[in-house]
Amino acid sequence: MIPALAGLAFLVLPLAGLLIRAPWTTLPARLAEPGILAALRLSLLTATLATMACLLLGVPLAWLLARTDFRGRRIVRALVTVPLVLPPVVGGVALLLVFGRRGLIGEWLDATFGVTLPFSTAGVVLAEAFVAMPFLVISVEGALRGADARFEEAAATLGASRWTAFRRVTLPLIAPGVAAGAVLCWARALGEFGATITFAGNFPGRTQTMPLAVYLALEQDVDAAIVLSLLLLAVSVLILATLRDRWTTT
Amino acid sequence: MTKILTGLALATVLATAACGGDSANSDAVSGAPASSAGSVGTGAVGPLTVLAAASLTEAFDKIGTDFEARNPQIEVTFSYGGSSGLAQQITSGAPADVFAAASPATMDTVVNAGDAAGAPVVFVRNQLVIAVGKGNPKGIRTLADLTRPALKVAVCAEQVPCGAAATKAAAAAGVKLTPVTQEQDVKSALAKVKLGEVDAALVYRTDAKAAAAEVDGIEFPESAGAVNDYPIVALKDAPNPAAAAAFVAFVQTESELAVLTDAGFQKP
Repeated sequence: MIPALAGLAFLVLPLAGLLIRAPWTTLPARLAEPGILAALRLSLLTATLATMACLLLGVPLAWLLARTDFRGRRIVRALVTVPLVLPPVVGGVALLLVFGRRGLIGEWLDATFGVTLPFSTAGVVLAEAFVAMPFLVISVEGALRGADARFEEAAATLGASRWTAFRRVTLPLIAPGVAAGAVLCWARALGEFGATITFAGNFPGRTQTMPLAVYLALEQDVDAAIVLSLLLLAVSVLILATLRDRWTTT
Repeated sequence: MTKILTGLALATVLATAACGGDSANSDAVSGAPASSAGSVGTGAVGPLTVLAAASLTEAFDKIGTDFEARNPQIEVTFSYGGSSGLAQQITSGAPADVFAAASPATMDTVVNAGDAAGAPVVFVRNQLVIAVGKGNPKGIRTLADLTRPALKVAVCAEQVPCGAAATKAAAAAGVKLTPVTQEQDVKSALAKVKLGEVDAALVYRTDAKAAAAEVDGIEFPESAGAVNDYPIVALKDAPNPAAAAAFVAFVQTESELAVLTDAGFQKP
């Protein structure tokens, strides 16, 4: 019990520090400043798009890791966790080396389609998805391992195709795991800083998400940074709490 | 909880004290040669912690070596970072002896918080250049060239000193820059040029000089209107006030100013 409470205190005390230090009297005026809303909107938009991209690519990847057997699966699983271990700033540089103007793929994208990802909102989504996807993959893979594969086999013997079995049997079984993974993924994307500022740069309204705005506010005005952080925290807690209720009641 | 925190604080103090343990005999600091202003007769020994703006890294590393050579009893540790971040560490009570900032504004936050021992001294100045890829592939000559369409430009965000200087310089030139990104510090802006993601960036002359193998620095006259002063000061709660004073004086000696000008700084 005592370690549990100490653990909770350790996680919550820094938040209390922010709340105590917050400039409550000037809070409304500070929140009304231009640019804050743009950064918040951009953060919510990019984190949501990144989570959708992670769902589209991450769930099949998790299925591959959990349900199939192939040589080098252990290595693939270890590779999936690379973005967790990599310092995000290094992740951003790595993304530049691949998707940048002179990158392996970026150069071709630019020459063929005239698309450059760095310094664009799409670049923010890309950076966030890169950093956040492991959370989804690991969580979904765990759920798949926990789900009984015999249900899928039964569906297959009854004539369901692999896709139908996945959609009608597996997915409903692992829905809580997918949801939990998506939440983790979204939260990580929302707080992403290092890879975003390195790969997508910082431009208000286009690539300046809340964490970037907080960092730059810190350069001049600690109070402004605290206000921005609290706003981001409040919005994300509100959204997560609402979603959670919806899942548990259905 | 309080007990644990006290324990941690104690451990930190002990560790700090242990660092200087081997030089605990109180030999007087030899100081700089008599000809220079850096000689002090105080008995400074032990560790000295200097917090300095990131742009001072190369020059201060060299100065630190020189200082230790003259004062074998003192062991200098540098912590480099963004000036405002360092200023925050100081006002939050980080144990440090000397602070060298990249702008008077950040120094002011430390002075206003009552953490400076005496008045800061401006010891060098820095100004902006246009950093471009090696060989200047886009043929950039002036600040106005940066407004050419299809040219990607990085500047520092206005909240950091190099961004404020860029805004001033652009205003002096009557040029309206349209950067693709406003970077969080000057080294990041420079990195974008090195990686080829932007065609040009406004950085300090010292940064362009330190990266001379990969970028060219192009001087432009309007940068004279946006010169950054670098102030240095000994801190009030310095664990090692004698060594702090010695270091501040040492930085301003002729030989060490030469180290700084070699790195691209100007004398004040």
